[in-house]
Amino acid sequence: MELTTVWFILIAVLWIGYFTLEGFDFGVGMLLPWLARDDRERRIMINTIGPVWDGNEVWVLTAGGATFAAFPEWYATLFSGFYLPLLLILLALIVRGLAFEYRHQRPEAAWHSWWDRAIIVGSYVPAVLWGVAFANIVRGVPIDGSKDFTGTIFTLLNPFGLLGGLVTLLLFLTHGAMFLALKTDGEIRHRARATAVSLGLGAALAAVVFLVWAQALTGSAGSAVLFVLAALALVGGIAMARAGREGWAFIGTFAAIALAVAGLFAGLFPDVMPSSTDVAYSLTTTNASATDYTLKVMTIVAAIFTPIVLGYQAWTYWVFRRRISEHHIPDAELEAVA
Amino acid sequence: MDSILDIARWQFGITTVYHFLFVPITIGLTALVATMETLWLRTKQPEWLRLTKFFGKLMLINFAIGVVTGIVQEFQFGMNWSDYSRFVGDIFGAPLAVEALLAFFLESTFLGLWIFGWDKLPRGLHAACMWLVHIGTLASSWFILAANSWMQHPVGYSYNPETGRAELNDFAAVMFNKVQLVTFPHVVLAAYMTGGAFVVGVAAWLYARGAQGRTADEAAAERPMYRRGIRLGAWTMLIAGLGVAVSGDFQGKVMTEVQPMKMAAAEALYNTEDSCAPFSLFTIGTPDGKSEKFSITVPCVLSFLATGSTDGKVEGINDLRQEYQQTYGQDPGARYYDPSGNYSPIIPVTYWTFRYMIGLGVLGALLGALILFLTRRGRAPASTWFPRLAIATPLLVLLANSAGWIFTEMGRQPWVVFGLMNTSQGVSPGVSSTEAWISIVSLTLLYGVLAVIEVGLILRFVKRGADPFVEPPDPTLRGSDDDQDRPLAFAY
Repeated sequence: MELTTVWFILIAVLWIGYFTLEGFDFGVGMLLPWLARDDRERRIMINTIGPVWDGNEVWVLTAGGATFAAFPEWYATLFSGFYLPLLLILLALIVRGLAFEYRHQRPEAAWHSWWDRAIIVGSYVPAVLWGVAFANIVRGVPIDGSKDFTGTIFTLLNPFGLLGGLVTLLLFLTHGAMFLALKTDGEIRHRARATAVSLGLGAALAAVVFLVWAQALTGSAGSAVLFVLAALALVGGIAMARAGREGWAFIGTFAAIALAVAGLFAGLFPDVMPSSTDVAYSLTTTNASATDYTLKVMTIVAAIFTPIVLGYQAWTYWVFRRRISEHHIPDAELEAVA
Repeated sequence: MDSILDIARWQFGITTVYHFLFVPITIGLTALVATMETLWLRTKQPEWLRLTKFFGKLMLINFAIGVVTGIVQEFQFGMNWSDYSRFVGDIFGAPLAVEALLAFFLESTFLGLWIFGWDKLPRGLHAACMWLVHIGTLASSWFILAANSWMQHPVGYSYNPETGRAELNDFAAVMFNKVQLVTFPHVVLAAYMTGGAFVVGVAAWLYARGAQGRTADEAAAERPMYRRGIRLGAWTMLIAGLGVAVSGDFQGKVMTEVQPMKMAAAEALYNTEDSCAPFSLFTIGTPDGKSEKFSITVPCVLSFLATGSTDGKVEGINDLRQEYQQTYGQDPGARYYDPSGNYSPIIPVTYWTFRYMIGLGVLGALLGALILFLTRRGRAPASTWFPRLAIATPLLVLLANSAGWIFTEMGRQPWVVFGLMNTSQGVSPGVSSTEAWISIVSLTLLYGVLAVIEVGLILRFVKRGADPFVEPPDPTLRGSDDDQDRPLAFAY
């Protein structure tokens, strides 16, 4: 297999890692105002992702860095072209990341509620915008002969792009609810499970419409198979949640997201960013790629270190495998001695 | 400021200088917190655990802002500098990708384990997590500095006229670039110095003032603990500071060799000195930057700094301009920077940042030494000046760090990649100035708000001082199921 194809697959894997992992922690953040009834319950929710959200977020940094290294033209066109959505994502990730670390540093209710807002907004914005961005990559955007994006922000806000945003929003909400059902105990667990089922039905409906549309736009036989499997995994996950099998339910949404993203990439190949101006201007795995030498170096590094990273990330999830319930949350800090 | 080039440069400057306020504190503090925790494990003295938790908390508040502002760094190459990214991606992208894979995963994962793992990991493993976080910060420094060193002194590549870009042909040459070999120790030692200064400053302040709400007796009882912090921080600072000076000296010689214009600009040396070039303490040039009007100088010192010999030849700005014009043709950015500034950076900026870097760094180190002296043998200086000295120490070092980066980046101008690409050629052609404005304004405003919040939190916890000693749960001793229902040792 050509190295450009290997790296196309690896970048797909990095995005799959990102959406399956940060997908649920976006979901937890977005569900904060809907599932928790008081501060202690909000803390239960936040603590389910406390030790892992930052590691999850590194997947997007690695995807960005790997795209820069393996497909510099793709990185340059995508990041300069999707400027304002990426800026919004950046701003959201900044306030969200700080919120996890800063929320508990002061006892005042107002302080908590400001950082809760940061978590909520900081989770909704990227959850929607990543979907808009990916749908537009698949659909194709105006790109000229010098590989520059020639549209505006409004070019991206087309029906397919917006549907993509709705799909990631609903999928991540469902995925987050599944995760909470798996990782909490007590009342909130039951609420999370019920929410997962009802949101899941909406997510499944939107996802099926979106995937059929995507298949019609860029689909291949491979993407069709992956999309069908994604839909089955999602429906299976919802059924498992209904049956109270929370582990399998979470695996269901996890697999659904992974398979759907894999399908989008499969449909895209060998393009990485099709041009809607002229197919001759489309960025492909070959005309956007780095040299074979660079790809070879990167392949060696990735082959050695990816298993190590996967190993210790998996170990973290093992260390923090226990469910969290009300009595695990220590009492809120009392105001410091005068 | 209406061109996207200006906005993109200002945004890069603002976001990078801001990011690098937090980075060196993080690099230095992770090492010192890991040291404190290891000392606690070795000596079982409760003070070390109290210091571990206290400085660990301050480190986390600081780390968080370094992490989130770091995401901007990786994205803005593509957003504002897409032509730069296309031109160098084959070389520059690899260290960034490797940095994420080797360093960011390590830092984020083991930091999470350290924060939440007090009751879940055996003690030795818990301390090892912080060491791994620190190793992650060092790995991160290595790769990002290798990328930056390549911009200062491109090696291991060839220009491919067919693709119109620079292409990598020797990864090891990029990783072990001679600029990298002197830059990495300089920056990392400066980070240790910063971490040391932070610990000295905070510990000395608490040593003199006592933590909030303590009686005089309680404060006196805590003094030996803060004194340990002072000594650990100050020795780290002084030893690292010596290393910063030595590595900086090596750096000066490499810089003279590979970027002679930067050295000349650091000195505002307009005309070549064949031997015994003077080091100027103060200078005023003509407004067009072609010659100096007035300066106070020390003979031969510049020759020594630049070449290692007092009769070394140091080339001046005017001669270098002519040389560069012969080699590279007309400066493509000349119309943008300064009509007279052909191939030379903005001299007052390089001249003064070079002096602030050295001067403030040395002053910070001297204050550290002074604090060490004033607190010798259990003395607690009563002067109201003492807590101010304590606060000034880390601030001086932080300013020196910023000055150093502004010097090295501004000194490379008008190149973004020395000898290969002009900064004005790197900017994104498709981005409108409206978009660039929205970006710089929103990031700057947000960064400003976050700075206020961050400093407020740091001050709040510094004033409160170290929490009383609580023996952390030892998970290796746990057995009964009751334990699993206990509250978490740490929760957000």
